[in-house]
Amino acid sequence: MESGVFKASNLACYRGEEPLFQHVNIELGDGDILEVAGENGSGKTSLLRILCGLSPPDDGEVSWRGQPLCEVRNNFFLEMLYVGHQNGLKDDLTPLENLALDVLHSEQPSQITPVEALEKLQLRHKNHVLCRSLSAGQKRRVALARLLLKPSKLWVLDEPINALDKAGRVAIKELIQQHSQEGGITIYTTHFPLELKGAPQVMTLS
Amino acid sequence: MKIFWYRVKRDLLLAARSRNEWLNPVLFFIIVTSLFPLGIGPEVNTLQTIAPGVIWVSALLATLLSLDSVFRSDFLDGSLEQMLLSPYPASLLVLAKILAHWLTTGVPLILLSPLLAVFMHIPLTTIPLLMLTLLLGTPILSLIGTIGAALTVGLRRGGVLISLLVLPLYIPVLIFASSAVATHAMGLSVEAHLSLLGGLLFFALALAPLAAASALRIAME
Repeated sequence: MESGVFKASNLACYRGEEPLFQHVNIELGDGDILEVAGENGSGKTSLLRILCGLSPPDDGEVSWRGQPLCEVRNNFFLEMLYVGHQNGLKDDLTPLENLALDVLHSEQPSQITPVEALEKLQLRHKNHVLCRSLSAGQKRRVALARLLLKPSKLWVLDEPINALDKAGRVAIKELIQQHSQEGGITIYTTHFPLELKGAPQVMTLS
Repeated sequence: MKIFWYRVKRDLLLAARSRNEWLNPVLFFIIVTSLFPLGIGPEVNTLQTIAPGVIWVSALLATLLSLDSVFRSDFLDGSLEQMLLSPYPASLLVLAKILAHWLTTGVPLILLSPLLAVFMHIPLTTIPLLMLTLLLGTPILSLIGTIGAALTVGLRRGGVLISLLVLPLYIPVLIFASSAVATHAMGLSVEAHLSLLGGLLFFALALAPLAAASALRIAME
């Protein structure tokens, strides 16, 4: 078990003059899970965008395998999977057409095909329907099917269980637990604790 | 390279499924150009003098009209985030977007131009040259325009700002291209105009994807 694969030290983010958060330190190793909690507007999404490399922190540093993120961007992106607030799906494409792009984004071929991934998330009969006509929860499932399709060490998930029904929440919970057992790292935000086995680290932004 | 062609194909598929986005600029081009003979009257000499300018100005405005949508929907549905987090160089992916934009906006303009040239009484022998200037010029419009679209993607009403940013950079293309057509109609050599346009095209091709990719990163922060 390797520790300190993903580190963030002394992160700060400002909105104008006001600090959104300051002095945030994170250290995660193989199999770790971090739950980021906090009220609406406490900066959860901003923190996640900094951690996944979309925006630079106003202060502090994020490092991946001991090297600053800005120097190892491409390697980091190969091993990182971000599912944001928005699903990143095209309404005018079918779930399969949407996911075909994510398959191309990974270096190693994934263990399962897009069809099987959608089947696992109970979306099989929707393979050839345009995403436009799917419900919010179904779209969320398509976006989360990426977790199965792009083998990644680090998952950064912004409110993954948003819009999901009970079965969907259980499926995502199991995916995160399995990922952790295989040595993967997961960071997610949520308003409803996922109640994972083996208490994850919890960080509360205020 | 596989990802490049895949992205171009995907954008074309999306364009085929939502026709409004690329049909509007093309219709705009046809309408504006065909209004001139009606408004000015069928006088051959007048039309011939203004024709190259009119066709090129309409092509330029039609492209401008289409720019706001280059990254807009990707920004709104989160695809842009995923694109910037991909392990491939962002400039390559942006270039794929530019190519798709040109294929859906620039190419229809080129294909329609002979018809509009006949409306405007451009001599038949000059029409191939008009198409050639469009073939060299419209990719430049797409390339430069994408930088403007990338810079304004985070703004709610970027449309006007894009025009202000991009129009000054379009002017050299407009001048060289329309004067090439006019010069050819007078029977003079246009080699200099065309080499300048070609030079501009390669210059834009080399720098615009890089500039647009960094503009996107800044806009997404």
